[in-house]
Amino acid sequence: MTTFLQQVFNGLTLGSIYGLVALGLTLVYGILHIPNFAHGALYMVGAFMSYFFMVDMGVHYWVAMAGSAVVIAVLGIICERLVFHPLRNSPPIHDKIAAIGILLFLEAVVHMFWGSDFRRMSTPFGGVVNLDGVFLREQGILIIASTVVLVVALNLFLRKTMVGATIIAMAQNREGAFLVGIDANRVAMMTFAISGILAAVAATLYAPMNLVYPAMGHLVIMKAFVIIILGGMGSIPGAIVGGMIIGFAEAFGGYYISDAYKDVIAFALLVVILSIRPQGLFAKGAH
Amino acid sequence: MMFKLGALLMHPASKYVLLALALVFPALASNEYQVYVMATAFIWAIAVYGFNVITGFCGQLNLAHGGFFAIGAYTVALLTSDAGWNFWPAFVAALLLTAVLGLLVGAVSLRLKEHYFAIFTLCVGFIIYLLLDKWEELTHGALGVRNIAAPDGFGLVNFRETMPLYYLVLFFLVFIIWFTSRIQKSLVGRTFVAIRNGDELAESLGINLMKTKIVAFVISTTYAGLAGALYAGMIRFVGPEDGNVLHTFNMIMYMLVGGIGTLFGPLVGTVGIVWITQSLQFLEEYRMIIFGPLLVVLVIFFPLGVCGSFLTWMHRKAQALGLGPKKVQTESKVKTSSQEASNNA
Repeated sequence: MTTFLQQVFNGLTLGSIYGLVALGLTLVYGILHIPNFAHGALYMVGAFMSYFFMVDMGVHYWVAMAGSAVVIAVLGIICERLVFHPLRNSPPIHDKIAAIGILLFLEAVVHMFWGSDFRRMSTPFGGVVNLDGVFLREQGILIIASTVVLVVALNLFLRKTMVGATIIAMAQNREGAFLVGIDANRVAMMTFAISGILAAVAATLYAPMNLVYPAMGHLVIMKAFVIIILGGMGSIPGAIVGGMIIGFAEAFGGYYISDAYKDVIAFALLVVILSIRPQGLFAKGAH
Repeated sequence: MMFKLGALLMHPASKYVLLALALVFPALASNEYQVYVMATAFIWAIAVYGFNVITGFCGQLNLAHGGFFAIGAYTVALLTSDAGWNFWPAFVAALLLTAVLGLLVGAVSLRLKEHYFAIFTLCVGFIIYLLLDKWEELTHGALGVRNIAAPDGFGLVNFRETMPLYYLVLFFLVFIIWFTSRIQKSLVGRTFVAIRNGDELAESLGINLMKTKIVAFVISTTYAGLAGALYAGMIRFVGPEDGNVLHTFNMIMYMLVGGIGTLFGPLVGTVGIVWITQSLQFLEEYRMIIFGPLLVVLVIFFPLGVCGSFLTWMHRKAQALGLGPKKVQTESKVKTSSQEASNNA
């Protein structure tokens, strides 16, 4: 029973991180219909920025996270302005290729400054809470709590504020949004900024449990893609639910089936599900 | 003046000049290493031709393409080193295996459209990579496979040496280009382009979408398998990194620089970029700092690539000069390029 509860906790932790990354991806997809392959690179740069702020500037963990979030938000906006905005009327294949270009560039830049070494990020939450035989890492608790806070905050922002409502409006109906005078550029930039913030925060939260290295975004972004396909591209609740499904599948699969193949589980799950239901699990007119 | 030069390049005879250049290249090269690099470039070009069939002609971005290259390479590697086969039977097995796997993967993945297809194939590519890395009983895991047999020679020809190997690779490249040009001109090739221009439109013309897409997919994976098999026979060592999705991204770049959907684009792009990379070797690790933004700039400003831009330019020039179509051959080529131009505009 304790091992089972342990895996539940691990699954929640993993699912939270995946959910946050997938949330940023699904927001951008919902607004601009771009599968942003560079999102994983933003995540990776986010971790490196936090590492840089903490180690080289000596600031506190929370300050580093905030600084990293700002940098990545700006980076996201730059990507939108310089790359995706000029491509808005191109065939979809061009967006994807351009996103791959950004991904390759960011990875090479990070590689140039920091090399390909694996780095360990410290955290003020290094302890472990023993709850009746179940070991809860403080960082894990922090991840779950932060995710809940962020998701609630994002939801409030989207539902209760005018600015958030413009994002929802554009996701629901582009032409309709233009008709009522919503500025598409502003919405696009804001969406990229939010998506960048989510990626940076997720990376900074997860980095102390994992390691920081240039290829750290690869697996995460691919799993995030699996999640948003499962959850329906553009759907916000879908991203959270999908994140939890993959998180739990990985935690339990890694423990009960095979640790070496735990990364394959997410992809195998996708292949199986899409083979049976090409429209995804919770399709809301996904095609 | 420029136009006349261009017209000369478009002349049917110029491809024989190109072939002659390729044939004498080993004599012109200053050392064996250059021949070796050229042979590697040709192998990648074969794989990029496959990419061009599914992505350039048919419009489906298949991000598992590098995975099929790796499967071709691993098939030859494992059959010759562990099972003790000769190279050529293993080579045939690699082609068959990549074709069959292409059929299976295609049958599942091609039911998905656009982004879904791209993401799905990205995952398939990653599964292939993870399997090569983790399935140690079969693939030797991260150690890779050594002792791969070289292609068996005949008579005095020994494919362990660089020169004969170069001509062997060149032979396959020429065959692939010829075969692709046959596809491009055939009805099947035109249905590919029709699908790229619009699923619904193609379907309303009575094209069987699924069947046609699967044909394009199987052709492309078999090309990738062929390239992978030659690669294993030439490098004679394969490792899981050969299945890295980065190779797929490289191939996208080769194809895009050369000209997506054109016949000579993959060749021009691959050979060009491979040599630029060679001359920038001091940048090895950081070359993506240049190529990443290059990819973005190309896709925004020159989405047609070298060959596509050239064909469009020739077409405009010909119209401006009021030249009628002299040769049916040239005309049909220009037509496809202008179609592309309007497509990409």
